[in-house]
Amino acid sequence: MSTDTHAPFDKKPETPAGSGELIRLEQVTKRFGDHTVLDHLDFSVDAGKHVTLIGPSGSGKTTILRLLMTLLKPDEGTITVAGEQLFPAPEKQVREVRKKIGMVFQQFNLFPNMTVLRNITEAPVTVLGMSKDEAEERARELLEMVGLTDHIGKHPAQLSGGQQQRVAIARALAMRPQVLLLDEVTSALDPELVAGVLDVLRDIARSTDITMLCVTHEMNFARDISDQVLMFDSGRIIEAGAPEKIFSEPEHDRTREFLSAVL
Amino acid sequence: MKWDWSAVSDFMPHFWDGLLVTLQILVLGSLISFALGLVWALLMRVPTRWVTWPVGAVTEFVRNTPLLVQLFFLFYVLPEWGVTFSALTTGVFAIGLHYSTYTMQVYRAGIEAVPVGQWEAATALNLPLRRTWTAVILPQAVRRVVPALGNYVISMLKDTPLLMAITVLEMLGEARLFSQQNFQFTEPLTVIGFAFIVISYLASLALRALERRLVH
Repeated sequence: MSTDTHAPFDKKPETPAGSGELIRLEQVTKRFGDHTVLDHLDFSVDAGKHVTLIGPSGSGKTTILRLLMTLLKPDEGTITVAGEQLFPAPEKQVREVRKKIGMVFQQFNLFPNMTVLRNITEAPVTVLGMSKDEAEERARELLEMVGLTDHIGKHPAQLSGGQQQRVAIARALAMRPQVLLLDEVTSALDPELVAGVLDVLRDIARSTDITMLCVTHEMNFARDISDQVLMFDSGRIIEAGAPEKIFSEPEHDRTREFLSAVL
Repeated sequence: MKWDWSAVSDFMPHFWDGLLVTLQILVLGSLISFALGLVWALLMRVPTRWVTWPVGAVTEFVRNTPLLVQLFFLFYVLPEWGVTFSALTTGVFAIGLHYSTYTMQVYRAGIEAVPVGQWEAATALNLPLRRTWTAVILPQAVRRVVPALGNYVISMLKDTPLLMAITVLEMLGEARLFSQQNFQFTEPLTVIGFAFIVISYLASLALRALERRLVH
């Protein structure tokens, strides 16, 4: 595993730059049929923060990430990223704002028809207009960071789940997003492969100023990297605070119940 | 019944002519059906009924009427409207069009089989729609459907003799012409029967090789 001495992206500045609000959800409601997943939710994240969403399944955590990635549309409310509206917004604006956001999925979702290298360079070349050489150089740096330099020419099917997920992380970072959404990124992995992926993410959290929104059941990881933990239940944030506080002395009964079940 | 080898050798020059035409129909017809079927399949995904309804109606119609009727229609009726093509051109187009209504369903199944996560990853990376199709979805969909497309090629091969009905001299047409002129039926029909088996077999071998290559 490489250390942050090789981190190929903008280093964390001495003084936290770009502090202030980066993501804002206002009065966001999302329904699936009769079921209301998010009910007039207000929610914001400051730039550079690492926020972990915890809570029982079906409580709306993943829905928030999917709304931010525009994989879902809210039924009501507004979503703003870096001062620009993501919803409601015309398609052209959505494309612009979406460039600031990257996502890593539970099922990796690498493109099986492309090599590891192409998976990473595809979007920088076709979306950002980066030259092929530049994109490949950056891909190599990212692969070094996630410890997969030797696998650059392979196809996803030739990699383990943990390796695929590390490629997926590199692929998301290649777009230089300001926000990284992590949707249960270790849930589909064999237990022995989880640590490698979490190490990479810890490395990124430590050495960059990227804003992270993380849905996870890995409570130790959440405790390590989070600035803030949000406890969700039935589409509402029922408790929010620093990880030390939430994990050691939760105020809400529901939080206590949930934590005793998962810890 | 007597087997006459001299009839076989007399027929062979005609056979080669017919074989060439049959292969021409098969190759061009396949290419048309592959391309047109993909066009239909993509048009059926355009999110407006103004496109999907007419395309759906036309392709249903073509799929559910006999190829022979379509051949006659294109060959005998279109010229009355001033549209005239050679018998071979008409036949190749008709068979390609007919089979495109089958291949479109193959493509549709292949496209739907691409996991939704692939679309989501493409959105997350902000890939333009066109690029998502050409670089992500279609390469995966097509790879899945090669075996099914190949089966239609073999099926199409067995339909090529229908073109005889609009005067195209493919293998059966040559055999029939030779038989009528020489009153020798057994030899030419046997020769082309074997030829059909050999072509199907070679085609299925080629198909399997292609499948193996596509599964990396």
